[in-house]
Amino acid sequence: MLKKITEYFAAVLILILTIGTSSAADKSITIGMQLEPPNLNPTGGAAAAIDEVVYANLFEGLTRFKSDGSVAPALAKSWTISANGLEYTFNLNDTVTFHDGTPMTAKDVKFSLDRARSEDSTNAQKALFVDIDTVKIIDALTVIVTLKAPNGNFITNMAWGDAIIVSENSISSLETAPIGTGPFKFSKWVKGDRVELIKNETYWGDQISLDRAIFKFISDPTAAFAAVMAGDIDAFPVFPAPENLSQFASDPRFSVIVGSTEGETILSTNNKQPPFDSLTMRKALAHAINRQEIIDGAMFGFGTPIGTHFAPHNPDYINLTSNSEYNPELSKQLIKEAGYDKNNAITLKLPPPSYARRGGEIVASQLRNVGLNVKISNLEWAQWLEQVFKGKDYNLTIVSHTEPADINIYARPNYYFQYDSKRFQELMRELSETTDPKKRSEILKKAQTMISEDYVNGYLFQLAKTGVANAKINGLWKNSPTQANDLTGVIWSD
Amino acid sequence: MLSYLWARLFTLFVSLVLSSLIIFILIEAVPGDPASFMLGINATDETIEALRKELGLEEKILNRYFNWLIGMLSGDFGVSYTYRVPVQDLILERLIVSLPLTILSLTLAIFIAFPAGMIAAQFQGKKIDFSIMAASQVGIAIPNFWFAMILVLIFAIHLRWFSAGGFYGWDSGIVLGLKSLTLPAISLALPQASILSRVIRSSILNTLTEDYIRTARAKGLSQRKIISKHAFKNALIPVLTILGLQFSFLLAGAIIIENVFFLPGLGRLIFQAITQRDLIVVESVVMLLVFSVILVNFIVDLLYLIVDPRLRK
Repeated sequence: MLKKITEYFAAVLILILTIGTSSAADKSITIGMQLEPPNLNPTGGAAAAIDEVVYANLFEGLTRFKSDGSVAPALAKSWTISANGLEYTFNLNDTVTFHDGTPMTAKDVKFSLDRARSEDSTNAQKALFVDIDTVKIIDALTVIVTLKAPNGNFITNMAWGDAIIVSENSISSLETAPIGTGPFKFSKWVKGDRVELIKNETYWGDQISLDRAIFKFISDPTAAFAAVMAGDIDAFPVFPAPENLSQFASDPRFSVIVGSTEGETILSTNNKQPPFDSLTMRKALAHAINRQEIIDGAMFGFGTPIGTHFAPHNPDYINLTSNSEYNPELSKQLIKEAGYDKNNAITLKLPPPSYARRGGEIVASQLRNVGLNVKISNLEWAQWLEQVFKGKDYNLTIVSHTEPADINIYARPNYYFQYDSKRFQELMRELSETTDPKKRSEILKKAQTMISEDYVNGYLFQLAKTGVANAKINGLWKNSPTQANDLTGVIWSD
Repeated sequence: MLSYLWARLFTLFVSLVLSSLIIFILIEAVPGDPASFMLGINATDETIEALRKELGLEEKILNRYFNWLIGMLSGDFGVSYTYRVPVQDLILERLIVSLPLTILSLTLAIFIAFPAGMIAAQFQGKKIDFSIMAASQVGIAIPNFWFAMILVLIFAIHLRWFSAGGFYGWDSGIVLGLKSLTLPAISLALPQASILSRVIRSSILNTLTEDYIRTARAKGLSQRKIISKHAFKNALIPVLTILGLQFSFLLAGAIIIENVFFLPGLGRLIFQAITQRDLIVVESVVMLLVFSVILVNFIVDLLYLIVDPRLRK
C-alpha cells in the first residue's frame, strides 16, 4: 500500500516537473520589466512602462526613433517642408493596415493628431502638438500639417510614443486591448504578471523574426535576479540591481548590455526659495558635489558625468563639467560669502528610484562636508509630485529627466525648479523657429552653456542603461533614445 | 440559536457600513493626486484638469462615497483610475491567484500542524515533543521571504524544477497553475504550520486536565485514543479561531511572498494601487478584506455551534 502511494506521488511529481519546463517555440522572447504598465495607451499617460511594451512593436507614428537616436520614416514614407517652415506634407505608406484589418489612411492621421491636441485631450506630452494649426487631408495617402510657427523639432516630435497613429474605431479599447499598425499584435494581458504580443502576419514593413513576445513584470530586484538566473527571462533590458551585473558578466550564458539613456540625472534646485535663490549659493552647491563618488557609490560605476542638461551622446553636447568641478574649499568660501545661516535647514526630498535614494545619501554627506545643514526626506512618487513638482515646497531633489532633448523645460518659468530667465526663454523661441541644422546646433550649445553658468541645477550624471540578456539574443537596443523595447530587429542566433 | 444568528448578522452588517466609511475617509485623505501621477512631469495643468474630470475626481467627496457604496451593493466597485477596467474584474483576476494560494498553504499547514501538534501532545515532555517544538520554534523564527529565496535558489536556479516565479494562469492548465503556486505555498505554510502546531499542542494539553479525560483514562483507553477521540474535538475551538485569523491574513498578507515570486495576487494589487494613488482600487480591496475577515469570523462563530453543542441552546 505504502509503496503504491509513493509510486503515485512520484508519478505526479514527475508530471508536474516536466510540464512547462520544455521551452516553447524558439522564436519567442520573454522580456523582463520592473514596472507593469498601468494600461497600454501611450496617448493618455506618462508611464514609461507603456512605451516599453508598445513602442515600435505594437504602435507606430509618422516617424520613429532608431536605436542611435536618429529619426527615421515610419508610417510616413517621406515628407516635404515648405520654404517658410510652416507646411509639412506627409506621404503615407500605402499598404498599412491596422490589426483589425482596416487600412490606415490620412483620415486616421488627422484623427490622431486632432485628438492629441484637443481641449479635453489627456495626452501627457500635449506640448508636442501645441504648434499645430490645422491638419488637412489631401487624399487617402497625403496629409498636410500646418504649424502656427516654425518648429524645427516637429519631425522629432512626431517620433515620440505619445504621437502614435490610432484608429478612431479602436479608441475605446486602447487601454486594455490596443489595436495598432506595428509588427506585433496584442494577444493577452494577465494583469500583474505579463503582456503577450504575437506576430502580425500582414505587417506592411519588413517581416520580423520573432513569433511571440512576452513582457513579464518583476518589481523585486532579488526576484529579477533569480528569474534571469533560472532562465525564465530572456532579457532584462533595464535591470534593477546594477550590483548583480558583474555576476552576469562572468557567466557565459548571459551578455551584459550597457548603453546610454536620455536621462539627465540632476540635483534639482528650487531657484525661488532661499538659500538657493542666490547664484553664489547655487555655485557653492555645484562645487561641493563630487560626481564620480556618486556614480561609483550609487550606480556601481555606471553613468557619465554631465555639466549641463544635455545627453553626452548627442552630437551637439558640450562638456561643461569644468564649470562645476569638485572643489570643497571654493564651495565653503562661496557659502561664507553668501552669508548662509547654518540654522536654516535645507530640505532634500527624494523620490523612490535607487539613483535618488542612494545618490541622495551621498550628495547629502558631500553637502554637509562644506557646512550645509541638509535634511533628507524620502517621498513616494505621488507625494513627490504633490509637494515638490506641484507645490514647489523643497530646496533640493534628485530626479532623472528621461525625455529626449528636453532642455526647453528651462524656458518654463513655472516649472518646478523655477528658473525664470528671459534670455533663455528668448533663446528657446529662436530655436523653435530655426530649421537650419547648423544654426540649431549653435543655439543648443549656447543654451547648454547658459544653464550651466547660471547653475540652475546641480548636474550629476547621465543615467546609464544597464541590462542583461541571453547571450544568444541579437538586436536589442543598446542605448535608449526613447524608453522602448523595440523588438523588431531581434533575432536568436544558434 | 436563531437570536444568536440574528445578532451575529446584525453586527456583521453594522461593522461593514462603519468600516466602509472609515476606509473611504482615510484613503481619500492621503496626499497625492492620481491624475498628476499618471501624467508625469511634462504634463500641462489643463491636461491634468481634463483627466481629473474624466476620472470623476472633480465630484464632491460625499457624492463619490455614496456612489461607491451604492455601486458596491450591486457588485459594481467603480472603474480603476490607472488600469481603466472595472475594479471587480481586477479583484477577481487577483482572487483566482490569491484564494487558491491561501487555501493551498493553509491546507499544507493543517496537514503538517495537526499530526505534529497531536504527536507532541501525546508525548509531552519526551524527546519527540522537544524536537517538534524546537522545529516549530525555528519555523516561526525564519522569515518566510528568506525561506522563499532559499527555495528559489535550490529548486529554480540550481535544480531548475520550478520557475523562479510568475503565474502561468489557470487557462494554461490546472497542473501548471498549481506548479506556479507550489513554492509560494510552501514558504507561506511553514510559519503558519509552526504557529498552528503549537496552538494545537497546548490546546490539547489544556483539555487533558479535564474531568472527562480522567474518566476516559479510568475506562482504560490508551493515550492515543484519548487524544483522538475525546481531547481533540474539545481542543478545536481555539484552533478554529487561529485558523480563521490565518486565512484572512494569508489572503492579502502575502505581499512579500508575492513580490519574491512575482505573483499577481491581491497583496501586490493593493501595493501597486497605493503607490499609483488608484484610490478606488485601494478602497475596494481593503473593503473586500474587511468583508472577508468579518465573514470568516462569522463562519468561525457558526463552526463553534457545530463543535460545541452547549452554544446551540
